[in-house]
Amino acid sequence: MDLIASLGLGFSVAFDPVNILYCFLGVLLGTLVGVLPGIGPTATIAMLLPITFTLPAETALIMLAGIYYGAQYGGSTTAILINLPGESSAAVTAIDGYQMARNGRAGPALAAAALGSFFAGTVAAFLLAAFAPPLARAALNFGAPEYFSLIVLGLLVSIALAHGSILKALAMIVLGLLLGMVGQDIYTGTPRFTFGVRELFGGLNFVAVAVGVFGIAEILRNLENETEREVGVKRVTNLWLTREDFRRIVGPVLRGTGLGSILGVLPGGGHILSSFASYSTEKRLSQTPREFGKGAIEGVAGPESANNAAAQTSFIPLLTLGIPAHPVMALMVGAFILQGITPGPNVINEQPTLFWGVIASMWIGNLMLVILNLPLIGLWVKMLTIPYRVLFPAIVVFACIGTFSINQNVFDIYAIAFFGIVGYLLIRFGCEPAPLLLGFVLGPLLEEHLRRAMIISRGDPAIFVTRPISATLLALALAAILVAVLPNIRRKREEVFVEEA
Amino acid sequence: MAINASRNDLASGGIFVAFGAYFALEALRYEFGTPFRMGPGFMPVVLGSVLVALGIAIVLKGLGKADEGTSPPIPWRGITLVLGTVVFFAAAIRGLGFIPVVAISAFAAALASRNNNWLSAAVIAAGLCVLCLVVFVVGLGLLVPLVGPWLRF
Repeated sequence: MDLIASLGLGFSVAFDPVNILYCFLGVLLGTLVGVLPGIGPTATIAMLLPITFTLPAETALIMLAGIYYGAQYGGSTTAILINLPGESSAAVTAIDGYQMARNGRAGPALAAAALGSFFAGTVAAFLLAAFAPPLARAALNFGAPEYFSLIVLGLLVSIALAHGSILKALAMIVLGLLLGMVGQDIYTGTPRFTFGVRELFGGLNFVAVAVGVFGIAEILRNLENETEREVGVKRVTNLWLTREDFRRIVGPVLRGTGLGSILGVLPGGGHILSSFASYSTEKRLSQTPREFGKGAIEGVAGPESANNAAAQTSFIPLLTLGIPAHPVMALMVGAFILQGITPGPNVINEQPTLFWGVIASMWIGNLMLVILNLPLIGLWVKMLTIPYRVLFPAIVVFACIGTFSINQNVFDIYAIAFFGIVGYLLIRFGCEPAPLLLGFVLGPLLEEHLRRAMIISRGDPAIFVTRPISATLLALALAAILVAVLPNIRRKREEVFVEEA
Repeated sequence: MAINASRNDLASGGIFVAFGAYFALEALRYEFGTPFRMGPGFMPVVLGSVLVALGIAIVLKGLGKADEGTSPPIPWRGITLVLGTVVFFAAAIRGLGFIPVVAISAFAAALASRNNNWLSAAVIAAGLCVLCLVVFVVGLGLLVPLVGPWLRF
């Protein structure tokens, strides 16, 4: 099937009234959780996963994807108006966006962010449509050794991109891998680490781990230091960009889209990295670098385009290889599995309506987001005034009901409490939670492919370096970890992340 | 405590050592196998040992350099109430039924914030009860008794 025909199929799925409705619900919810600090797309998608079980696969994935890229739009609103990133990737936007708002230019800042995101989302969805099929075809030739090396690469790159201590990130991944091994062994059926609890034979519930580590732990973290936020700008007027503004954002949007599209494919938080990369690029290229930090519109348009482009292209490794690039994509794996579909290179052939429908829905969703975020901005400003003390009890209760409803299993709710406290302690002691979740999802895959590869090679580990693709992937993984520990680059990496604090 | 070490590193390293040791020791009871045919114990023993080693490395790295700044106080009230709520929800959902459990959970969770008082917590609980009924029971058709067997006479 050629691209045009496939996209035609995709649009026929995406334009189905039910799918349009759920796409709208997804981007609406995404904007909402993006706007509200303290609740992000990871916790939201985790809580909504059980609900999507009752929907058809296309509809479920269209909605969940909408939540994710919708949050990228919403996050910028909060960053610009109250100098708090509603979503981690919007941290850079706050630097210049908030200054613009203080200078009375909140409207143009919001418009630049939304239009940049729209352009980037449209282009990146096209790249996804163009590059995913050939990649998936290549991936069909992958055997167990290649998959093993690919997972190792994904895990190690995510360390290189995580901020904070590399040792701690590595330890979080290993802990995640181990937690992923709870349950019956796939080859022998031996129950492992189950304490004799019947509910654990099928493994720890993914939603319970995600909700505990991302939802509950985050609430406990926020309760450490309770301050109600203030909205500096009560009303946003004049959303129009001047001709001069337009001239200034064209370059940053184009470069941001390019950077974001490439970095988004990388495992482990490429969307956060891409907004930093775009910001520093624009600052370097600018003829007036002094304006950066004081309200330069380029510093809003570039990073916002980059993070939205990255949000869309981060679907590529998931849809072609079945390897999630970051925790939200790991949740998407959970959504696929709930629907009885194994994510990977076969999805494109076996579920063409799903694959193309999700891609086509991204254009529709991005269009809806521009409408939601510009004319309706007043609504979101109002949302920002909902106090956290009202919000977090709702998150706690939703988390419990949502997790319970997956398989009416009380044990999963106790698991939320356990992972909530463990997650809180680890975050408090300076460990990032994202690598843990990535390890948890990839753990069973890693073990399965390692064991299969060793059976193929009759116990000879050389199989990983004698097969060219596998060897290349491992070499890249080694390069990633070397890059992360080299002192020179390490200092740069810390500099980049200092701005976020 | 005036120790010249990063408490964050000591504590997180300790957690990793504890988890790693548990997984590795427990996995020793499973069949280890050979590299050719790995048993169920192979990966957990290897990864558990790696985690212990990483935990020790984190502790050693933290020795001799104290944390910069002080961390905020541990929110004991918040931790107790939020985790207590989750555990209560698990223990009571089957017995008490949807409405009483959601109301009590929302009330207790709201009190975890110092910015809420009894009255505001009660308002939040009532509001959430209605919202959850509409979303989960009416909207999504969740099958739970609204009032559980413990409350029927």
